[in-house]
Amino acid sequence: MERDDIIEYSLDAHHSEEAGRKIRRKIWLVTGLLAVVTAIEVILGAYWKEWMPGSWHLVKWTFVVLTLVKATYIVMTFMHLGDERRNIRAIILLPYALFILYLLFIAIWESNYVNWIWTNLL
Amino acid sequence: MAGEATKALSNDVLWGGGRSPFSISYGKMMMWFFLVSDALTFSGLLVAYGFVRHSTTEAWPIGEEVFRALPFLTGSFPLVYVALMTAILIFSSVTMVLAVEAGHRMDKKGVIKWMFLTVLGGAFFVGSQAWEWSHFIHGGGGYITTTQGEKYWVHNDAHDTHDPTAHESFHLVKAKEGHYLIPEEGAPHLSREQSLAIWEDRVAYVDGANMDRNEYGPPQYANFFFFITGFHGFHVFSGVIINLIVLIMAVQGVFHRRGHYEMIEKAGLYWHFVDLVWVFVFTFFYLL
Repeated sequence: MERDDIIEYSLDAHHSEEAGRKIRRKIWLVTGLLAVVTAIEVILGAYWKEWMPGSWHLVKWTFVVLTLVKATYIVMTFMHLGDERRNIRAIILLPYALFILYLLFIAIWESNYVNWIWTNLL
Repeated sequence: MAGEATKALSNDVLWGGGRSPFSISYGKMMMWFFLVSDALTFSGLLVAYGFVRHSTTEAWPIGEEVFRALPFLTGSFPLVYVALMTAILIFSSVTMVLAVEAGHRMDKKGVIKWMFLTVLGGAFFVGSQAWEWSHFIHGGGGYITTTQGEKYWVHNDAHDTHDPTAHESFHLVKAKEGHYLIPEEGAPHLSREQSLAIWEDRVAYVDGANMDRNEYGPPQYANFFFFITGFHGFHVFSGVIINLIVLIMAVQGVFHRRGHYEMIEKAGLYWHFVDLVWVFVFTFFYLL
């Protein structure tokens, strides 16, 4: 079932056996890294409070940082955005990052206020 | 895969305007734009969750206390099941990227093998989520509130939600004030007689979870659980369907005749995105 109304562009759809070996090596390295980070997250989530009570704030930020590390490896290696041109990387990541930073700021700011209202006025 | 940024372009891959913007194919670029918009939707959901959680004055449930069960086993395994689900999804993401790599070498057998494993992993994940939903909805016994405004945990091994008192093991434990799922420190397991007396005095019995109320925390907790994991689960489900279609096309040799396996790459982008979203859901819903 070939369709001639869709033009399929393929820029770099092929690589050699040798390049493939290199890429596969990288894939397995990233896999190991993601597995280790997830294991660390689960252990911290389940046992941190028993080991070090009262330091929940620190572990919260550890989780956020580890999540961003995982996300970076998934986007840059598995979705191979790291291999695309710099312009397309910027077009995808920058507007998104800008908007999310604003959304986070406004949500934290406003939820603080709503919390204050419920605590003090109602 | 590598080197797309530096390669000289042949004329037959250029777009109508005389050149191919950003040296990326049309299909991949549109998939990226879709993924950015989808990422904004998921960010909106997770930020809304954070807003509600941060602004509420009620105690919010803690992930490792809500999600601590495993199928076929009794006992406490905090977060183990979710970690297993995460591992399955990351594994199927790896098989997907290996399928893309095999496609670049025109290795039809490799593509079929890795795509098959990807579909399998995705189906496994959807099934795991179904189990987790079922467990979340049925709950672990629930609690009652009394006319004195006290809260008691119901131990209900038989899991009879119509009449938990019917079972021999039924008894109550006083719950910590203002908290969910945590018994008061040193609170004894009350005897059956004492428990039955308090049970008669109950105002409400909350067991498991629905859209109105749940035994884990404020109603919004279950609502966000259903919406966020449900929306993500729907993405995984549609991803499995897309991967299955692509797998069938690969088996039929459609891509081999076309001369390239870019369709695997485009389906792969979507599939990795589903994994990416789960990484964030895992952190912000289960861990924090």
